[in-house]
Amino acid sequence: MSYYFAIIGTQDNPLFEYEFGTSKQGGDGQSRFTEQAHHLNQFVLHSSLDIVEEVQWMNGQLYMKVIDKFFTNYISCFMTGGNVKFLLLHQPPQTEEAIKNFFNEVYENYVKAIMSPFYKVNMEVRSPVFRQRVAAAGRKYL
Amino acid sequence: MAHLGPGKAASSKEQTGLRYPSNGKTIYHRPLNRTKTAELSQSSFAYLFSEMVTYAQRRVTGIQELEKRLNVQGHPIGLKLLDLLLMREPPRTQTRPLTIIALLHFIKINLWTHLFGRQADRLEKSSNPDTPDEYMIVDNEPVVNAYISVPREMSQLNCAAFVAGIIEGVCDGAMFPARVTAHSVGGKEEGEMWPGKTVFLVKFQPEILEREALLGKP
Repeated sequence: MSYYFAIIGTQDNPLFEYEFGTSKQGGDGQSRFTEQAHHLNQFVLHSSLDIVEEVQWMNGQLYMKVIDKFFTNYISCFMTGGNVKFLLLHQPPQTEEAIKNFFNEVYENYVKAIMSPFYKVNMEVRSPVFRQRVAAAGRKYL
Repeated sequence: MAHLGPGKAASSKEQTGLRYPSNGKTIYHRPLNRTKTAELSQSSFAYLFSEMVTYAQRRVTGIQELEKRLNVQGHPIGLKLLDLLLMREPPRTQTRPLTIIALLHFIKINLWTHLFGRQADRLEKSSNPDTPDEYMIVDNEPVVNAYISVPREMSQLNCAAFVAGIIEGVCDGAMFPARVTAHSVGGKEEGEMWPGKTVFLVKFQPEILEREALLGKP
């Protein structure tokens, strides 16, 4: 099981990306995407942004569950108050609860990141500590 | 956050080019939830705010420009507070504001309580049929203006333009682009109950009303 996670800003600009594998059932946390899939994933993830825009006004929930599917790739979305999108591409469908917990933990750290007075909207999140936190959330829930 | 001097952690993390504070704690190690009673000193805020107004006053030619600068200082705060306050909501009510009314309620209740420890005094919709895009948030006694006396020749000025900027930031962040301005409406005569009464005029862009009309239909 492999995952590709990205944070997309309000101008549909990527702010952060991270690729990882499952740590459950004896997984080693490494992603098993093929060489071509790395690029394909980015396309698939970004192409789901159109659907996000359609869905976002129907319901005010932050966690939008699975919003798109491309062959065996499922895309789950979480939208922050400031219209920043968290997108997670996962290959077999996952339990909604696990993804929700993952997103919530990332959200908490994302809010901490934007609380920095030097952070402006749509700036790339480069902090290595943030990356570690996302990785830890991935290990914990996925 | 990471420029507080070369700590012990710095040597091992040199390849990232980042320096960590000496106790190794970053912004990510601090909790987001504050206890409800955590308050700041009003006098230190007043001192800081007076410096901000002085700073904004440099090289401006008019009152409008000065208010614009104060507005710009508040804008990023609004953008950040939107997510912070949403994060602190209990999961059941943790929803993005989808309508103008929901957004203004969020500002009146959550934002005001967080900033000033009480709700805004009133919320009004413009009664003029020509301006259905205008809403008003009324504060009888803005905290930011508590120690500000506006000189007679600048009577147009209302330093709550800073708060207007915060409101504008929240609206923009939630995808409700708007222009927010602060206006003094308190009477000047003796015995007036609220001489510092301020109205925050929120003027949404026309496309917001269009979207609202579309969403309102089943």
